[in-house]
Amino acid sequence: MERWFLNASTLCFLVGFAYTMFALGAGVARPSRWNFLVMLTGFICQTEYLHQRGEIVGRCPVTNLFEVLVFLSWSVVLLYFVVGGSYRLSLLGTFTAPLVFLIQTLAQLLPSASLPAVRKVSAGFWAELHAAVSLMAYGAFALACVAGVMFLVQERLLKRRQLGSVFQNLPPIATLVAATQRVMLAGFILFTLGLVGGFFAGSARTAIVMMAVSVWLPYGFILILRQTHRYSSRRFAWLSVVAFIVALTSLGALSFLHLNQ
Amino acid sequence: MHVVCLGLSHKNAPVELREKFAIGDAHIGETAVQIAREPEIGEAVIVSTCNRVEYYVASENAAAALAVLTQRVGDSTAFQKLHGAESIRHLFRVVSGLESMVLGETEILGQVKKAYLTAQTAGATARHLNKLFQRAFNVAKEVRTKTSITRGAVSVGSAAVDLAEKIFGKLDHCNVMILGAGETAEMTARALQSRGAKAIFVSNRTYERAHSLAELLGGRAIHFDAWEREFDSLDIVIGSTGAPHAVVSRDKIEPLMQRRADRPLFCIDLAVPRDFEAGVNDLDGVYLYDIDALQSIADASMQVRRAELTRCEEMIERHVAEFSEWLATPRPTMPMKTQTEDGK
Repeated sequence: MERWFLNASTLCFLVGFAYTMFALGAGVARPSRWNFLVMLTGFICQTEYLHQRGEIVGRCPVTNLFEVLVFLSWSVVLLYFVVGGSYRLSLLGTFTAPLVFLIQTLAQLLPSASLPAVRKVSAGFWAELHAAVSLMAYGAFALACVAGVMFLVQERLLKRRQLGSVFQNLPPIATLVAATQRVMLAGFILFTLGLVGGFFAGSARTAIVMMAVSVWLPYGFILILRQTHRYSSRRFAWLSVVAFIVALTSLGALSFLHLNQ
Repeated sequence: MHVVCLGLSHKNAPVELREKFAIGDAHIGETAVQIAREPEIGEAVIVSTCNRVEYYVASENAAAALAVLTQRVGDSTAFQKLHGAESIRHLFRVVSGLESMVLGETEILGQVKKAYLTAQTAGATARHLNKLFQRAFNVAKEVRTKTSITRGAVSVGSAAVDLAEKIFGKLDHCNVMILGAGETAEMTARALQSRGAKAIFVSNRTYERAHSLAELLGGRAIHFDAWEREFDSLDIVIGSTGAPHAVVSRDKIEPLMQRRADRPLFCIDLAVPRDFEAGVNDLDGVYLYDIDALQSIADASMQVRRAELTRCEEMIERHVAEFSEWLATPRPTMPMKTQTEDGK
């Protein structure tokens, strides 16, 4: 039964994305509350899925890569609602929806997706907190990446003077840079807390710690350099995208190492 | 009950005639009450703006109401006389911006709302006009949100302002520099000021001219050979000099931009020949729009608006039919709100 909710949420994100793209293409409507409702429905379905899955496995449902990716998608949407505040009705949802759809589809294609959920031994409070907070940090990094992509699109349209409906509906570039910076900082703080939680959770293998630090350090550098105005907004937007790709790759490796520890 | 409209607008009357019939804000409520108290008329709202003077009244006898109104305003062939569905349609078109000088402008909605509130507060309206104007505001909202009739900028100045907002968001932290002292540059600077631009600097080869324009705009004049010193604090630069060559080259801007890595610069080139080298747009964080680019934005927006006309009219027609049906339904008359002697 719980899988039904996951499929429903995946469908919601696909529909939300497709509708907005159609509306923008036709140039007849702006992204509206309708998108917000679709995103909200998708989020409710995701939450219910994770709740039911958590009940079955008896702990935070991040026990295999499939669950990790679903939890990550949930974090992205949660942060979209919490941090996205003023951009909720703009195209942020449109850009978030395809990312979440892709992550969830990828998750469902994994071999671990077909394994039946079974009750697991709790990894302990700190370990579960570490996993949940770290994944929420990845969610924030994903959202920073989305805002970065939006900046790059808007900047390109401005430079090329292509001022169509996508341009009209995207927020100002200054807002997008501020959003990228804010969400990335939130992700960095969460990731730091996750790391601290990891230390409390007990001895982790050096490879895992190194892998986590390899995500933490670049984001730290990007933020420090940004604060000291060392590079342009455009470069910052590109870095938010590249850093997320690196982080997502390392998430796969981290999950593999963690689950085999 | 019938709705009658007697009015003139920029479409059928020159400004000399419009100003003759215009009614000042202070007298609108009082005049509306006087008209509403005429035996042939029950309710009245007067809309008086720089582009139109219109009387909307509700009456059981449309012909008699029109005669009273015509007598009151004086006989003028420029006055358009509408009644029934025509007058309802006209009001819906007016509030939706379809009758405006600039198609789709939204200022008229605020002006009609104000006119209605004045009449309502004065006690010149009752059930029929209350219902009509509330419906009109809903129609305007629907037309604006469901079509693109208000989308985009339709003048060079407003196109520049819209672009500035797409770059900086709010303009209240933006400093603007005008190079030269052209008329379009002044209008653009004023438009930026109206959206909250923080400070205006004017630099011109003739310092006196820069000084007088700066004074006019409440800004600061700068000697032409010193404008680059202010560059670090600038967000928007408007070029409107009469120079026969580019005043701002890529080579000049590039080192200056490196000092302000994460701060964008919006260059508005209104000069012909152009003041900015085209290569400036290739620099990271610099957005250059010349007069042709801005004009084409304005033209494209106007085309979009014109293309939306039919959809707007279809929406309005539906509301006209619904309201006419409501108006034709017999119902017991309600006494109009009357004023007491002390005016309350």
